[in-house]
Amino acid sequence: MPDPGLTLNSVVIRRDGRTLVDISDHVDPGEVLTVMGPSGSGKSTLLSYIIGSLDGGFEAKGLVLLNGTDITELAPEQRHVGILFQDELLFPHLSVGENLAFGLRASVKGRAARQDQINVALEDIGLAGFADRDPGTLSGGQKARVALMRMLLSDPKALLLDEPFSRLDTERRDQIRALVFDQARAKGLPVLLVTHDHADADAAGGRVHRLG
Amino acid sequence: MNPRCDTPSARARFLPWAPLLTLAIMLGPVAAGVLGTVAPAFGYMPALGGDGLTLNAFAMLFDWPGITRASTLSMTTGLAATALSLLLVALICAAWSGSRAFRIIERMLSPLLSVPHAAAAFGLAFLIAPSGWIARATSPWLTGWDRPPDLLILQDPYGMSLIAGLVVKEVPFLLLMTLAALSQIRTQQARDTALALGYSPVTAWLKAVFPRVYAQIRLPVFAVLAFSMTVVDVSLILGPTTPTTLSVQILKWMNDPDLSMRFLASAAAVWQLALVVAALLLWRLGEITIAALGRRWVASGARGGATRVVQTVSIAAATLSAGTIVFGIFGLLVWSFAGFWSFPDLLPGAFTLKTWMRHAMNLWPIVTETLIIASVATLIALLLTLACLEAEERYGLRPGSRALWLLYVPLIVPQIAFLTGLQTLAIFTGIDGNRMAVIAVHIIFVLPYVFLSLADPFRAWDARYGHVARALGAGCDGVLWRVRLPMLLRPILTAAAVGFAVSIGQYLPTLLAGAGRVQTLTTEAVALASGGDRRVISVYALSQTALALLPFAFALFIPAIVWRNRKGLRHA
Repeated sequence: MPDPGLTLNSVVIRRDGRTLVDISDHVDPGEVLTVMGPSGSGKSTLLSYIIGSLDGGFEAKGLVLLNGTDITELAPEQRHVGILFQDELLFPHLSVGENLAFGLRASVKGRAARQDQINVALEDIGLAGFADRDPGTLSGGQKARVALMRMLLSDPKALLLDEPFSRLDTERRDQIRALVFDQARAKGLPVLLVTHDHADADAAGGRVHRLG
Repeated sequence: MNPRCDTPSARARFLPWAPLLTLAIMLGPVAAGVLGTVAPAFGYMPALGGDGLTLNAFAMLFDWPGITRASTLSMTTGLAATALSLLLVALICAAWSGSRAFRIIERMLSPLLSVPHAAAAFGLAFLIAPSGWIARATSPWLTGWDRPPDLLILQDPYGMSLIAGLVVKEVPFLLLMTLAALSQIRTQQARDTALALGYSPVTAWLKAVFPRVYAQIRLPVFAVLAFSMTVVDVSLILGPTTPTTLSVQILKWMNDPDLSMRFLASAAAVWQLALVVAALLLWRLGEITIAALGRRWVASGARGGATRVVQTVSIAAATLSAGTIVFGIFGLLVWSFAGFWSFPDLLPGAFTLKTWMRHAMNLWPIVTETLIIASVATLIALLLTLACLEAEERYGLRPGSRALWLLYVPLIVPQIAFLTGLQTLAIFTGIDGNRMAVIAVHIIFVLPYVFLSLADPFRAWDARYGHVARALGAGCDGVLWRVRLPMLLRPILTAAAVGFAVSIGQYLPTLLAGAGRVQTLTTEAVALASGGDRRVISVYALSQTALALLPFAFALFIPAIVWRNRKGLRHA
C-alpha cells in the first residue's frame, strides 16, 4: 500500500552553489505543513519544483512523491498538484465561469453537466450568478474564492499555497484562510503552505519547517 | 530546464528549429545578395562573360563625373538627417518626458510612423514647392509673388529638402525606440534623484538618463543612418537631380537596358556599402567624442537651466515635424479632389471627384496586389516571430545581444547593396518578377519590425498564468493558444499592423524583386513623381497611406470590441 499524501524525499535546490532548500518531509492527507522563511529564502522555489516549473537557473535534486507515485519527472499538467499564488491570476480574457471551466477536469462531459457543476461551485463560494462576470470587476476576496474554486475543480491530489492570503485585508484574510483549509481538509488534500506571516502558520495549525 | 512539453506532433518537432529557420529566411537573402553584388563588382558574372577578377567596374565608377558629388551627398544627407533626428528626439524627451504634452506626443506616434515614406515625402514636396501651400499662404501679401517663383526649393542641390523629408519620418521612429528603452530602464528614479540634487529638468535627463537610453537605441540609430544614406524613394521625390544621390544613380544603372552596366551598378553598390561602413565608423567616433565631452560636463557639476528655452524649441520643432506630415497628408487630400487651382489661391476653385473616378479602375488591381503582398508577408513574419518567441520560452533559449544585432542586419546593410545582387542572382536563376519573390523580399524587412514590436510584450507576460494553467491540466499548446495568445491579442495585432505598414512602404525591394512587373501603390506613386501630375500622385499616395493606417485602426478597435467586458485587458 503506497503512502498516501505528499512526500518530499531529500529535495535539495541550489543556485550558484548556494543551497536554498534542503527538505525531507511527508504531509498526510488533510494535514498542513507550513514552510516559513524570509523573502529570498527559496520558499517559492520549492513550490516551483513541486509543480514542475522550476527555472533553468537552479540545480535541483530529490524526489517528489504523491500518494506513493514519483511525479518528479512528469510534465506539470500531469502532476495533479494545485497551486494558489499571492495574486489570484484569474485569466483576464475569460469570464468567471470560463475561468472555472478552464479548471474543471475534462472527465466531466457535456455542456449542461459542466455548466451545472460550475453553477454549484459558484454557489459553494457564495458567488451564485457570477458566471458571466468579468474577473476584473471582482473584489479581492471574490477573486481569491474564484481562484481557489478553479483549482479545486481540477481535482488536485495536493494543494500548494504561495502566500495566498498576504494581499487580502485582515478581515477577508481570516475568512478566506478558513475556507481554503476547510476545503482542503474536507477533500483530504495534503497542503503545503509557504508564508512569512506567523498568523498564517498559527491558523494552519500544523507543523512548521523553517528555511534560511 | 523549463517545464517539459509533451507534444509529439509535427509542430513540436518544428518548433526548436524556428529561430534558425527565421534567421535563414531573413539573413540568407541578405548574404546571397551581398555576394551577388560583390562578385560582379570585381568582374565576376559568367552569364555576361565576366569570369576574371578585374577592377574595371570601379575604374568606370570613379571616372563618372558625378561620383564625388553623389558620394558627398550620401554622407552629408545621411549624417545630417540622423544627427538632427536624434537631437530632436533627445531634446523632446529631456524637456517633456513625464508631462501631459509627452503623452499626447506618444499617442500621435503610431499614426505618424505608419505614414509611408513616399507619401510623407510627397506631402512635404507639395508644401514647400514654389507653387506649394506655404508659398500660396504667403503670396502675394508677403512675398509679392503672383506666379510661382523660379526657385529650386524642391530637389535642391544640397539635399536640404531630402534631409527634411527624412527627419520628419525618422523622428517618430527614434522616439518610439526611445520610449521602448525608457520603459525598460527605470529612468524616473534617476531623473528624480538628479532633480533632488538641484539639477534642472533638462540637464537632469541629459546627464542621468540619456547615456543609458542611448546605449539601448544605438542599433536603431545605426539603422536610421544607413537608411538615410541610401534611401531611394524619398530621394527620387525630394533629392537632387544632377547628379542624384548615389543610390538613385545605382538604380538607374541597374535599369539600363545594356546589361553590362550591371558591372558598374554592382561596383557602385559596393562603394555605397563602403560609404555606409565609413559613416558608421565616423558616427562611432562622434559617440566617443561626445561621451568624453559629456563626462566632463557631468564632472563639472553644472546644474544647467534654460529649461524654458529647450522646452519651447523642442516642442516647436516637434510640432513642425509632425505638422509637416499631417499638413502634407492634408495637402494630398485637397489636391486629389482639386478642380482648377490657380496660384496663389489657398484652395482650389472647385472640388471634384474626377481624379478619383478616372483612376479608380486602374487603382483597384494595384490595391489588391499591395494588400495580398502585405498580408502574406505579415502573416508569415508573425508566425515565424511567434514560433521563435515560443521556442525561446519552451527550450529556455536566452537570446543575447548578438541575436539583437542579427535582427538589425537587414535594417543596417543598405537595401541597394544587397537587393542589387539579389536581383542579379534572380535574373539568372529565373525566379524574379513574380509576386512570390516580392513577398519573400518583403519578409526580410517586415520580420525585424514585427519581432521588435512583439518581443517585449511577449516576454513580459506573467509566466505564472502559464504555471497556473498547467497545474490545472493544460499542456504547453493549451497554455499558448488558450491563455497566452488571447491575452496578447492587442500587441499581436499592433505588431501585425507595424509589419503591414512596413510592407506597404517598401519601394526598392518591390521594384527590384518584382523586376518592375509587380505593381504596388508605392512603386506606382513613386513612378508618377517625375510626371508631376499632383492630382494623380495624391490619389496614389493617399491610397498608400490609407492602406498603411487601416491595420492600426484594426489593432486599436478589435481588442476594444473583443475585450469590451474585460477590465484586466483594457490597457494591456
